[in-house]
Formats: sequence, C-alpha cells, structure tokens
Amino acid sequence: MSRRRTAPKEAAAPAAAELTYRDAIREAIRDAMRRDERVFLMGEDVGRYGGCYAVSKGLLAEFGPERIRDTPLSESGFTGAGIGAAMAGMRPIVELMTVNFSLLALDQILNTAATVRHMSGNQFGVPLVIRMATGAGRQLAAQHSHSLEGWYAHIPGIKVLAPATLEDARGMLWTALQDPDPVLIFENVMLYNMTGKLAADAGPVEIDKAAVRRAGRDVTLITYGGSLWKTLEAATALAAESIDAEVIDLRSLRPLDDATVMASVSKTRRAVIVDEGWRSGSLSAEIGMRIVEQAFWELDAPIGRVCSEEVPIPYPRHLENAAIPQVPKIVAAAKSALGRA
Amino acid sequence: MTTLADKPHLSRQHMLDLLKHMIRIRRFEDKCAELYTQEKIRGFLHLYDGEEAVAVGIIPVLDKRDRVVATYREHGHALVRGVPMATTLAEMLGKQEGCSRGRGGSMHLFDRATNFYGGNAIVGGGLPLSVGLALADHMRRADIVTACFFGEGAVAEGEFHESLNLAALWGLPVLFVCENNLYAMGTALAISESETDIQRKASCYQISAEAVDGMDVVAVEAAARRAIHAIRETGKPRFLECRTYRLRAHSMFDAQLYRDKGEVESWRQRDPITRFRSWLETNHMVHSDELTHIEEEVAAEIAAAVAFAEAGTWEPVEELARFTYEDRTFEDRGVQ
Repeated sequence: MSRRRTAPKEAAAPAAAELTYRDAIREAIRDAMRRDERVFLMGEDVGRYGGCYAVSKGLLAEFGPERIRDTPLSESGFTGAGIGAAMAGMRPIVELMTVNFSLLALDQILNTAATVRHMSGNQFGVPLVIRMATGAGRQLAAQHSHSLEGWYAHIPGIKVLAPATLEDARGMLWTALQDPDPVLIFENVMLYNMTGKLAADAGPVEIDKAAVRRAGRDVTLITYGGSLWKTLEAATALAAESIDAEVIDLRSLRPLDDATVMASVSKTRRAVIVDEGWRSGSLSAEIGMRIVEQAFWELDAPIGRVCSEEVPIPYPRHLENAAIPQVPKIVAAAKSALGRA
Repeated sequence: MTTLADKPHLSRQHMLDLLKHMIRIRRFEDKCAELYTQEKIRGFLHLYDGEEAVAVGIIPVLDKRDRVVATYREHGHALVRGVPMATTLAEMLGKQEGCSRGRGGSMHLFDRATNFYGGNAIVGGGLPLSVGLALADHMRRADIVTACFFGEGAVAEGEFHESLNLAALWGLPVLFVCENNLYAMGTALAISESETDIQRKASCYQISAEAVDGMDVVAVEAAARRAIHAIRETGKPRFLECRTYRLRAHSMFDAQLYRDKGEVESWRQRDPITRFRSWLETNHMVHSDELTHIEEEVAAEIAAAVAFAEAGTWEPVEELARFTYEDRTFEDRGVQ
C-alpha cells in the first residue's frame, strides 16, 4: 500500500505504519486471501469499482475476478450463495454495501445462516463472514445511515463484531474466518478515513472479549464502533472536570462480554451506555438490563443511555448531528450519573 | 407414456426400481398421515401424494457426490436420495435418532451422508443456497451437480430471479427443478403469475429449459438425464419444469376451499403410480407376484421405521442450546 512506510533498516522490530481503517480492512482481506485459497470476496462493486467505500480497491488486480467477485444487486441471492459456498467448504467474505441494504438479505441471514447448524442437528455449519457499513455522519439520509447491528445481535446462531480500532479492523477478519459459524462485521462509515499507526506485524485478534480503552474510577461508559471515539473524547472532557471515566469498547455485540462490563460497573458503580442504535428495544436496553440482573446491588445511580433519537436519520448536517450521540450528550449523561449538573 | 424408444437403456429392473421408489414414498406418507391423526407427528405435514414421479425421475440420475436442495415437501426426495426411512420418520416424530436430531421435523430433513441440504421452509429460500453450493464446486473445478427443487410458488419470489440470474451469469452447475403443482398453498398459478408458462422464465436468464409431464416418471427421467448430462458437459445451469399435481391438501390444516373435487378427481386419473403400473402391466413388464413383493417389502420397511421411530428417545432438555454454535465439547456427529 502506498501509505505504508517501509521499516527502517536499523530497526529490529517491525515499524509501525501509518494507515487508515479502510487500509487496515483491505490488508486483512488481502492477508486472508493469501493465506487460504478457500477465501473469496463477493459483493456489489467490490471488484472493478473498488468497493463503495474503496475497501477492496486494488484487490481485483491482485486476485482476479473469480475471487474478487462483483455481484448484481441481489443481496438475498448472493448472501444466500455465500451461505451455500460456506456449507460446501469455502470461506466466503460477503460484502453488503450498508446495513440498510442488508435487510434485503435478512431472510438468508436469519432463516438459513443462523438456523442451519441447530436445525440440522449439527450436520451442517455456515463458516461465512459478512461485512457491511453502518452508521450515520455522511449526510446520506434515511436509507443509508442507520445502525441496525443491535438487531443482528438479537439473533442466536450468528456472531456480531464491531471493530472500532485499526488493530481490530486488521485483526478481526482472520479470526472471524476461522470461526465455524456465521460472523457479521460492522464497519462504521465514519471510521474508514481514520488514520493511525499499526504495527507492520499486526495480526489476528480474539473476537469474544470487550476491551477497556480508558481506565477510570468514577463512571463506566460502555460503547462500540464509531461511538468509541466520541466517548473517549467525552472522557477527556470529563477529566477536565475531575471525573475519571472508564471506557469499554464492546468489540463483540454477540456474544456480549458480560464479565468485563460487570467488573467495571462493580468498580465505578455507575454506567452509561452509548449506542448509535435507536433507544427502544435496543442493544443499549439489553446491556442495561444485564447490568440490572447481574450488578444491581453494585450500582449507586440509575443507568444512563445516549442513543440515536427515534427518527429516520435526516439529510441536513445539523439535523443528522442532532439525531446521533455526540460528545456533549455523553458528557451530560456521565455527569448526571454522578449527580452533577 | 414416453415410449421405450426414448430410453434405450431402461431395463425391466430399472422400471421396477422406479415403481418401487414411488410406491415406497406413497405408502410411507400414507403412514405419516395416519401418525399425524394419532398426534404422533405434529406441526405441519406436507405430503407429496401425486408428485412422486418428479423426485423419483430425477434424483436417481444424480451421482452420490451430487447435492440436493429441497423444500418443506421433501419426504419423497429424502427417501429416494437414500436418507434412511427409519431416521426420516424418527425426525418427523421429533426423536433425537432422527436425521436432523429431531430438531427440524418434517420440513427440515438434513443428511450430510447423502449431501441432502434440507428441508427449506422459506419458499424460494433454497435457491440461493443451491447457487452457493454450485459456486463452491465451480470454483474448485469439481464435477458436482446441485439439484434444487422448488414449487411454482417460489417463482414469484425475488430469490428465484436472483438465483437464476446468478447461476447463468456465473455458469454454475445447478439443475433447477420447478415442481409445478398449480397451487401455492391455495393460490392458483393463474391468479399469481402474469406468465403461467414457467419454463419460459428461465429463457430470460439464458438458461435452457424444458417442461415435462411430471406425472410420467419415464418422461421425467428422460428429461433429467438430458439436463444433467448437459450440465456436466457445459458446467451451466438447466431448468426443468415438471407439471404435476398435489392430490392431497397443502398441509393437514387445509380444507381445500380453493379447488373443486372434480379437478382433483380428474388429476387422480393421472396418478403417476397407477399410470406407470398399468403401463408396465399392459406391456407385460411386471408380474403380479413382483408387485406383491414390492408392496410387502415396502410394508416391512415402514413397519420397521415406525418401530424405530416410536422407540426413539427425546433429546434431553439440557441439550436445548447445543449446536446453536459449534460446540466441540460434545461428540461430533460428522460436521466438516
């Protein structure tokens, strides 16, 4: 990749390279394709166009049209084809342009991919990875901007990941491809251009644990995906007011890592959940209820939530910004949990 | 009937095999209906009565390495494919000795040993799956055909069109078999499709198609041989519309308000078993003692299957969540 720096000759350890989240995912796909000939990428505009978010740019030239497979606009058809290919021993990566479009493939994901192992008495599994973009912030309005990963986290039989860091963007894919069951990976659209350094030897990461991204004593802020960075920014603002927030990046939305959440809440005794999904019937509701079930007596304050407003995401920037979690709302919710105005 | 001249390789034994396959399905399902009234089989039960010639004409033409994707009306397909009758029936009784561990029931028969991929109860849902199975075989240059069965109701689903397009576009070895029994549950073809000549739809996707009398097992087999041979030669999909009729209700809950008894009776005159047996008798290709022998063999197999299924056990409730995800802590039942 052009952005990748070559390691200085005198350095013994691999040097950190400056790259984007998009680059990190591309590198993960490239690495998987090189390591396992059963892996192939299939989706709308992944080949000649280079991916609608340019994730797969350049991969067609390297791997050819059989393995970087452009599809027609047939989400259900090619997602189902990914399921069939996985059942027949391949390791497909299906790319759906956005979570909104994934609804056209929901039948195949829910009724086939998620059910086959249980329903067949463990005779068939679906080792399939489905990647898709999620989230608002690019002024794409109400049919391209929603955060429906919480819906998918409702479904037994699949696993749901939300990489928020370069390390996870680079490392989750290979681990997901080793999983014998379907794994959905949600990439927040506002992260694709995020830049940072990633060790040249960065590789697979585990996918079933949450991570404490900032340690703190006073309140636990629980989030994932694109909201992680807003939440960390909020934690910095809170620190200026002498509030020491702990920030948890869930990383996996199904299964949820209850242990990490409960350990943190038991320490800080206060919890605020930040989720770009809508509030009603949401992942944030699920996490809140689990805290109530498992750590109720540890709490010193009601659990707070910062979610998207219950509207279709609107086009104008000021309304879009108002519709989704922002730093001031997170700061206010954290202060409220501490009884501070 | 199709004349023997169309089928120079058809031996008398082969004819008897076809007849036995059909009788075996019919008698088995008669027993299933009985077990349903006894409330031993519950949920939905969709019988194949009248359509047997389709599965029997096609599936034996496939090789062991080939793959089969079927619908919720799939008892016949499973039996012809070689899923044991005993584990099929145990599945329908919900016993853990069933072919899907009792998890799926009548609509979700799965069997890895015979490459039988279900048992799909979402109309049209099996078509993308068959495309994917064939895509894997295509990418590995494996000489494997996937036969995908679906009813004419599936033709109205988007997945039908997406799948035919993908299979043709990518040149995938799928045999699409439309079992056109004229009714999607209770909705007649003429009130659900603007184009009722279904095989014509395949030509829109550049797929060679053929319509065949689905009540004539020899005609179905002849068409299946042509289609499967062509798929193996070219690697490209083929489409076979089998025009048939469901002589019983859609499921056991169906009062059949949407069709009159005269129509059913007229189709019963074309019953694929009666018709084929009469033809064999007229042409002196079967002796009455052979027919008796077939019936006796089938009856004995059914009795044994009932005994096996009834003696089957219930999966312990403690295992309810088992295999929602792969679970290596339990014994493996042959997952890849």
